[in-house]
Amino acid sequence: MAQLTYREAVAAGIAQEMERDETVAFIGEDVARAGGVFKATVGLFDKFGPKRVIDTPISEQAILGAAMGAAMTGMRPIAEIMFSDFLAVCWDFVANEMSKSRYMSDGQLKCPLVVRTGNGGGSRFGAQHSQSIENWAMAIPGIKVVAPSTPADVKGLLAASVRDEDPVIFFEHKSLYAIKGEVPEGEHVDTLGTAKVVRPGKDATIVALALMVPRAVQAADKLMTDHGIDVEVVDIRTLVPLDMKTISNSVIKTGRLFTVEENPRLCGWGAEIVSIVVDELFWDLDGPAVRITTPHIPLPAADNLEDITIPSVDRIYSKILEVLR
Amino acid sequence: MAKKKTLKNNDIDEKKRLELYNSQYLIRVAEQRAYDLFLENLVKGTSHLSLGQEAIAAGFATAMQENDKSFCTYRGHAHTLARGASVVGVLGELMQRDCGLMRGKGGSMHLTDTSKGVMGSYAIIGAHLPMAVGSAWRAQYMGHDDVATVFFGDGTTNIGAFHEALNYAVVYKLPVIFVCENNNYMEYTPIESITAVKNPAADRASAYGLDSIIIDGNDADEVYRTAQVAYSKARSGDGPSLIECKTYRQSGHSRADPGAYRPDGELDHWKKNNDPITRYRSRLIEFGVKQKTIDGIEASVKKLVDEATEEAKNSPVPPEEILTTNVYANGGWAWRN
Repeated sequence: MAQLTYREAVAAGIAQEMERDETVAFIGEDVARAGGVFKATVGLFDKFGPKRVIDTPISEQAILGAAMGAAMTGMRPIAEIMFSDFLAVCWDFVANEMSKSRYMSDGQLKCPLVVRTGNGGGSRFGAQHSQSIENWAMAIPGIKVVAPSTPADVKGLLAASVRDEDPVIFFEHKSLYAIKGEVPEGEHVDTLGTAKVVRPGKDATIVALALMVPRAVQAADKLMTDHGIDVEVVDIRTLVPLDMKTISNSVIKTGRLFTVEENPRLCGWGAEIVSIVVDELFWDLDGPAVRITTPHIPLPAADNLEDITIPSVDRIYSKILEVLR
Repeated sequence: MAKKKTLKNNDIDEKKRLELYNSQYLIRVAEQRAYDLFLENLVKGTSHLSLGQEAIAAGFATAMQENDKSFCTYRGHAHTLARGASVVGVLGELMQRDCGLMRGKGGSMHLTDTSKGVMGSYAIIGAHLPMAVGSAWRAQYMGHDDVATVFFGDGTTNIGAFHEALNYAVVYKLPVIFVCENNNYMEYTPIESITAVKNPAADRASAYGLDSIIIDGNDADEVYRTAQVAYSKARSGDGPSLIECKTYRQSGHSRADPGAYRPDGELDHWKKNNDPITRYRSRLIEFGVKQKTIDGIEASVKKLVDEATEEAKNSPVPPEEILTTNVYANGGWAWRN
């Protein structure tokens, strides 16, 4: 095992796949010579050169379109959209093109590509550089949606995304880039569509994603220490395909469900999971399923305001305590 | 034969000219048939015809090599047919039958036949320009010798993706050809009334360091010659071309459009004096092609389209079990376990 930061795991994942497969190339704004604005792709340009690691103009439609045209005709490109908020200017390619070309052509067209993007808040960047938009992507049939919470998952799930035959939107959390964690040495490939129980427990289930996973775990630890409440935390890891088996097994065991979502309230991914659980596991529930989310507002820049907007350890802790008492 | 040598523009041999005529005529008859099938309510949804614009599709496709890639808009029947896609497959798709190119899952606006290099028809204006750029990037990256051609209307020149794609293609010197079919109307609105420059594509070329190329899009020979130059440039590694073809849409924008916005007499003028098929037929005669040969081409095209129409009419609708196939690469649609 090696200790890597989340951002180093991004570069390690890309490097692993580029070494393995000549058809993998990487494009984006400031990703090559500068190593990315989040320094998540440092070293790739030096290692693989300008043919395979390419600085593009600020042309998000051209970036995703180029990745798509290349993927349709034999490459496996990785494209970076610097901030996930910017996906809105090239959303056509996500919502209408890469997600639908296979279906519309009845399987003639393929689109094996990865769109990496910096998602989520906590950096005091304000409303246009801080959003969690994984639920936008989840709403579109035809793409896969990944959002890792640890360096090991970044490398393993990124590798799996590159090898996947479908277009994958890969949400990296900006506030996790600096965290460190163990990453397996040598080739590391994970499996899309698998959630993980990251903290076992018996009294309640928290389902969380990305930055909300470490916060949920901390809240669970505190609930155990302070009140002896034993909470299981499930890291969803990929929203599509969705590993409902792991989530359902946990809910059957604990009888209580909480979702912790950074996306704003309406139509967040937790609503879908709650709806499935209510449909399928209603009689296994011992109480209401509860969603803990960012309120339905644009994100503020001020640190004190942003901190009370995105679910915090304290908010998760207090809400669960309030509901379970 | 002596007469031929005295004619100007005798650089295209007879075989090629007959090919160009055959292609244009096939598009004309198939598009007219598509229109007739609307009236019979056998073509559902919408449809955008290329009547009057046949020379562009024929000229480019005839200049392409087999592995070249075409990217089309929703007005893509012509380009799909010009690459040799089956007429049954095209008409069947318009009629949303199981025999359609995409078994009725795409419809008129999304004709695709990758076996013929038709990499899809896209109905969100501008999107397929960057895709063609991506195909060209792959060709350059992998050392392939194919060129991507992207066909679009005059209206596309006012959307951002057009400009992003051109800049990108020039910066990386990619083998892609941008073909603007300027048929005078952005849907129902005259293009010059909502565009800052007179020639919507060609006048923007200099912004991207490209030559301003304007051609008579109703002259299949001129299209063919221009295409040959562009393909040869692209294949030699000298980068993209942007070509504006002046033409005129003889049909409405879509099936719902009777074209009431056209000034009186405009349509008649184009049909009478500048119809690509009529012009090309005269040229064939001028170059000494026998009337019998032309009649033979026309009869065999009509027979082909008639037979294809019957076959498509007799084809069943798509089976319900394909509703959920090919959403994902594993062939299915499962989003959860």
